[in-house]
Amino acid sequence: MTATAALALSLLIPSVGAVLIALTGRHPNLRETVTLTTAVLLFADVVWLLSMATGGGPAPALMIGEIMPGLSLALKIEPLGMMFGMIASGLWMVNSIYSIGYMRANSEHKQTRFYVCFAIAIASAIGVAFAANMFTLFIFYEVLTISTYPLVAHKETPEARQGGRTYLGVLIGTSIGLQLVAIIWTWVATGTLDFTKGGIISGKVAEALVPVLLALYVFGIGKAALMPFHRWLPAAMVAPTPVSALLHAVAVVKAGVFTVMKVMIYIFGIDFLAATGASTWLIWVAAATLLAASIIAMTKDNLKARLAYSTVSQLAYVTLGGALATSMGVLGGSMHIAMHAMGKITLFFCAGAIYTVTHKTEISDMDGLGRLMPFTYGAFLIGALSVIGLPPMGGSWSKWYLMLGAADAGQLVIIGVLMLSSLLNVAYLLPIVGRGFFATPPDAAGHGVPQAQAVGAAAAPGRFLSGIREAPVFCVVPLCLTAAGCFVLFIYGDALYRLLEPMVGR
Amino acid sequence: MIAAHLPILQVVVPLIAAPLSVFCRRGSTAWALTFGVSIAALAISMALLGQVLDRGTLSYELGDWAAPWGIEYRVDAANALVLLIISGISTVVLPYARVSIAHEIEPHNQTLFYTCYLLCLTGLLGMVITGDAFNAFVFLEISSLSTYVLVAMGAKRDRRALTAAYTYLVMGTIGATFFVIGVGLLYMMTGTLNMADLAERIPAIGANRTLVVAFAFIVTGLGLKLALFPMHLWLPNAYAFAPSAVTVFLAATATKAAVYLLLRFLFTIFGTTFPTFEPTLTYLLLPLAVIAMFAASTVAIFQVDIKRMLAYSSIAQLGYMVLGMSFATVTGLTSTILHLFNHALMKGALFMALGAVVMRFGDATIDTMRGLGRVMPWTMAAFVAGGLSLIGMPLTVGFISKWYLVAAALESGLWPIAVLVVASSLLAVIYIWRVVEAAYFDDPPEGVTAGEAPPALLIPTWTLIGANIYFGIDASLTTRVAGEAARVLLGTAS
Repeated sequence: MTATAALALSLLIPSVGAVLIALTGRHPNLRETVTLTTAVLLFADVVWLLSMATGGGPAPALMIGEIMPGLSLALKIEPLGMMFGMIASGLWMVNSIYSIGYMRANSEHKQTRFYVCFAIAIASAIGVAFAANMFTLFIFYEVLTISTYPLVAHKETPEARQGGRTYLGVLIGTSIGLQLVAIIWTWVATGTLDFTKGGIISGKVAEALVPVLLALYVFGIGKAALMPFHRWLPAAMVAPTPVSALLHAVAVVKAGVFTVMKVMIYIFGIDFLAATGASTWLIWVAAATLLAASIIAMTKDNLKARLAYSTVSQLAYVTLGGALATSMGVLGGSMHIAMHAMGKITLFFCAGAIYTVTHKTEISDMDGLGRLMPFTYGAFLIGALSVIGLPPMGGSWSKWYLMLGAADAGQLVIIGVLMLSSLLNVAYLLPIVGRGFFATPPDAAGHGVPQAQAVGAAAAPGRFLSGIREAPVFCVVPLCLTAAGCFVLFIYGDALYRLLEPMVGR
Repeated sequence: MIAAHLPILQVVVPLIAAPLSVFCRRGSTAWALTFGVSIAALAISMALLGQVLDRGTLSYELGDWAAPWGIEYRVDAANALVLLIISGISTVVLPYARVSIAHEIEPHNQTLFYTCYLLCLTGLLGMVITGDAFNAFVFLEISSLSTYVLVAMGAKRDRRALTAAYTYLVMGTIGATFFVIGVGLLYMMTGTLNMADLAERIPAIGANRTLVVAFAFIVTGLGLKLALFPMHLWLPNAYAFAPSAVTVFLAATATKAAVYLLLRFLFTIFGTTFPTFEPTLTYLLLPLAVIAMFAASTVAIFQVDIKRMLAYSSIAQLGYMVLGMSFATVTGLTSTILHLFNHALMKGALFMALGAVVMRFGDATIDTMRGLGRVMPWTMAAFVAGGLSLIGMPLTVGFISKWYLVAAALESGLWPIAVLVVASSLLAVIYIWRVVEAAYFDDPPEGVTAGEAPPALLIPTWTLIGANIYFGIDASLTTRVAGEAARVLLGTAS
């Protein structure tokens, strides 16, 4: 009973929050209080669910209603969804704090719409996380797309509109054009869409067609940004930075790779994929995406664009983990959802903080900024190390398990790809930090930095501490928190492993 | 006592009210009469649907004349649902029409407008409820002739309504003539006009050239009435220039009644065993439906007048309905009948939202839509919700329709068709989003101040939006009735 209530609350809290935010739109302080309260309540609720889910007993489940005969809107907790729910709700709290700092410092317009859409997006991300069947998942997946569109096109400039169009076009195009066909195909073939341990496809679809169905799913889940359907992610970079963080870490892309994992584990079944080799082709597509996106990232001078391609590359790790179809690969891929979320949100927060203070977007202009903004650059370093996968940061665990998974699957080339990719990560992330700390600012006489300060002073009421010009405290605290989170995930990597373990049946 | 006579009351009540409305001196009196009649018609069709779901097919003999001599009205799940669509939409449209028509039509014509409206309602209800092929023609003509007048009444806003009505008159007459020629040939060969009798005697005659000719005439005639591509040319102008309330009513009901008649003739009367049945469905209706989906949606993208854009979208949506029936399976027909209902809800809502824009600004071009998201927030929110339904977003009726249509295609093993269905629905994203971008991201032109449409327009619009969402979340009733109707049409009802 209480578990059911907690599940219902996990959807109700952000939904009610969205309504309240809309109603309090005229009073920004009250509105932001509502946002933060909602975020904290939601996180508390999800933690409560976690304690119930791991406490033994039957998994919490909630049947909302039947939409069409046999197709119901239902929620059910399982390990992977629990993890995603924790990420989404936890990072929403941090992101809300950051949003307040960023949106106010940059005097963005239409902030009420922004916060309302944000809350709806979180509600739908929670729906995706806890969906009990593919039908429910698809519904929330689409709501997530629609609710984030106004966020991507927030600035309403021609570029923002163009970005919004690409965003909507690719995501709706793939989800309706491919994913929906795959879902209905599954439904017609098997008569069920429930997420079932061991999969539902086995014996229902001709073996030769299984790779086709898998392709419809993984390419149809456009949010997983597998090449060639990755264009929307860089296009969405026109959005304000908190939105980028939402897209890259909290909800959107994570919902994508989460869905990919979910489909592989609970629709196809890992053992079935391993036995039929239906996912072998996907290993290579994922590996190609992984390397190609890393190489493109190196060529980008715009910081957010570089991070965007980095995300495309990191998402391919998750897909790769699923495609390996070994329990280690699946666990590594799933853990990478969490590890990458924490690392990438840190990097985006930093990019936003730099923009808020200096209004700089190009990496080549950021020489010497590290001395100006030590907290931001320190956090950036930690986030970068986690994304690269170096201890003592969380990212090292997921890459470790992915390597084990590749070894289990006998894919030695993939081990090489993973190593090469880590090197590429180093090559495109660390120079940013290096430039920040060690490069001399242009016109060391003081032309560059003071100018930046002048701009920053006009735009942001930041702190002034003996030459340090950091972003507003609402921006800096969240990025320090998430940087710390990267470290915490390293220490508690084992706990995450044990949470996810039942998924592969050990 | 009354319950037994519901089938005839469904038609006679609006028929009698039509001449009465001429005697009303003022438009508002005529409106009140029409609205009352419409509510009664809705109540009757709800009662009929309830009876059909409880007890199966109802048969009513007019004047107690037994079937082959007299006219029989026959109500089963298929037409009970269509009756409900027609009377239901009419009841939602009328409160909207009161304000909108008062604004768009000269006062001295308003009573006549309601007379024609009632005749149109009579005709649509009659052609759906009747079990007699010639009677169906008579009602088809009643509805068509009154429709021509209704469309022409848009002339106060735009004189082009007159040419639109004239084109419609010519094309519609050709369609109706083809239909009646086909019915005449059927009578020649079988000696009966009763649909149930026809259904028995046609298979007995077997392959016969006259019957095949009759089949061709009827399919072509009805194809014209339902605007099957490439016989759709009357539709865009008729919808674009008719008074707003008329557009809503026609878009949601008129073509639906023609689709229903086509279903009835194809599946009940000729039956799946008729020699030209299978080839017509596979090689004629299916390709035309697919072309309609793409061609009409593509044309819609380039329309400047948003009413015309939605009219082209209707042609594409009729393609989905014809596609569903061309599979000739239970799921396929279920999708067609579901979409009859669902499309009435979404197009009704969209045209209502546009009607509110037309009333405020005199037209609804893409330029007029600029910045309307702030000028008329509730109207545009309704447009966006209706547009999402049209695209087929989950939690709206459009999704339910699409789900069944794709499932039907996959069930029949036609996976390329399934891909084409989803691909064409992406075109809807493009033409709807043009409007959304203009409304929400452009600034309103100088001098336009915020001003919402009156509640008389907003409440009906949002009623339909509510229905879009309600039947998108709980589709158990509609899928049950549509499934039942599909089984009745295929003759596999339990």
